[in-house]
Amino acid sequence: MPPEIEELAPALAAEPTKARRMVLNMGPQHPSTHGVLRVEIELDGENIISAQPDIGYLHTGIEKEFEVKTYQQGVTLTDRLDYLANLSNNFCYSLAVERLLGLEIPRSAQWIRVMLVELTRIQSHLVWLGTHALDIGGMSVFLYCMREREDILRIFEMFSGQRMMTSYIRPGGLALEPPRGWADRVIKFINGFPSKIDEYESLLTENRIWIGRTKGVGFISLEDMLDLGVTGPMIRAAGMKWDNRKDNPHSCYGEFDFEVPTRTENDVYARYLVRIEEMRQSARIVRQAVEGMPSGSWHADAPHVVLPDREKMKTQMESLIYHFKIVTEGYRVPEGEVYQVVESPRGELGYYIVSDGTSKPYRVHVHGPSFGNLQAIPVIGKGQMISDLIASMGSMDFVLGDTDR
Amino acid sequence: MLPESLSEYPAAVLVADAITAGKYDRGELTLEIEPSRIVEVCGKLKREMDFIRLSTVTAVDRYPIEPRFEVVYHLHSLSRNDRIRLKVRVGGPKPSVDSVTSVWRSANWYEREVFDLFGIHINNHPDLRRIMMPDHWEGHPLRKDYPITGARV
Repeated sequence: MPPEIEELAPALAAEPTKARRMVLNMGPQHPSTHGVLRVEIELDGENIISAQPDIGYLHTGIEKEFEVKTYQQGVTLTDRLDYLANLSNNFCYSLAVERLLGLEIPRSAQWIRVMLVELTRIQSHLVWLGTHALDIGGMSVFLYCMREREDILRIFEMFSGQRMMTSYIRPGGLALEPPRGWADRVIKFINGFPSKIDEYESLLTENRIWIGRTKGVGFISLEDMLDLGVTGPMIRAAGMKWDNRKDNPHSCYGEFDFEVPTRTENDVYARYLVRIEEMRQSARIVRQAVEGMPSGSWHADAPHVVLPDREKMKTQMESLIYHFKIVTEGYRVPEGEVYQVVESPRGELGYYIVSDGTSKPYRVHVHGPSFGNLQAIPVIGKGQMISDLIASMGSMDFVLGDTDR
Repeated sequence: MLPESLSEYPAAVLVADAITAGKYDRGELTLEIEPSRIVEVCGKLKREMDFIRLSTVTAVDRYPIEPRFEVVYHLHSLSRNDRIRLKVRVGGPKPSVDSVTSVWRSANWYEREVFDLFGIHINNHPDLRRIMMPDHWEGHPLRKDYPITGARV
């Protein structure tokens, strides 16, 4: 707390009378809520007495929708959950379905998956950094971040034909063969990227206004966070070295050399530093993936799951039959249930899929990381000033798409 | 009663007397717990097996089988890097299950979601309101007998 505020502390701490309290609705259209979140704030002057988030404005019934789609069609729904980390969602869903099927994916396909998921992490963190700085009043960072994000979206477009709703990672491998010249494109981006991070840091890390707005703001104890279901960079900024990529290696993360950055200050500034370092580490993984990319197939040898090549369909009867079967009735998945987690840019993303042996999932439950993270708002907001709540909410990096589903 | 095949899992042994069924499949341990003892079992697993995180709470509707609902809890221990799935079967005209918010505060929203989308009443919940659907909504969308299209908007 700055000294000039400390002087006022006794007056601020005095129990407000009922008449001085005011209830304020922040959102659902407030720009700092990044989507459609409403926070009901009870105020005494500028001090928050209680902050209660209200979600559900973006509820689209995706979990219900999964039950009437085949496993192949379900991939397109996963894109639309967390719209800043589409490939992480494709990835987690595919891993879950593959575990139900008992399908082994070729190493080269896994490496491309990891590379794309790490690019997604960079891309998502760039949107977070830009909008977070924008909330606190730093306009220029946003423009810089969007510039690099555009490069990544172009890479996604090159791979899948889509900038955001990629549906590129599918059960059985990838949707399409990786395009010609992708490696040059990615390496060109990754060569230039570390200096771009330096550029953002030169704008913010030692910026007095930035430090004033973020240091010592938004504290919440680690015990509270774990109890409230918070994961991801939030707990890593509180000294908890937990990352599903390291501790629970899915796909081929075990083969890559990278660090899990942590801080102990547990404030908005520490969360900023953790995410900046995560971008550097993701760039390292992407570089390793491109340089050491193993040769091999981009899909598993499972014609009943992977859509056949268009060319083969014109010449081979079996390919045509498999294509017809997959498109019309889908593939049957053995009975069972799995809960697959991956580390999405925001924390732990989980897919719980129950199969009853047919070609459509019996039940799909998605645990979005933002759903857990948002529960911390009442604890984090209590006793803060309104402007600090904006900074704290920005540091949580939530996406309402995977909260409301 | 502890199934023979699960005797090597310490978490299963710890709460053996409350287990009605269980399995170990695809690397995941699933235990079915007597509905009346879920809070006690969760508390015990948190205290003695260090399951400090509740990853999710959700439900599966097995309509028309009775009891039709499985309430599913995914527990996570960071120190031992372990996960476990607990299940409780509830049914009848007014299905209900006890709240585990006294064990993990994160259960608050997770259970509200189960209440909202499945219509399973959560006993002793501190703030039981709809969370996704509007407050005046009729019906519970994730039930299997709720239509996917044709509902009045």
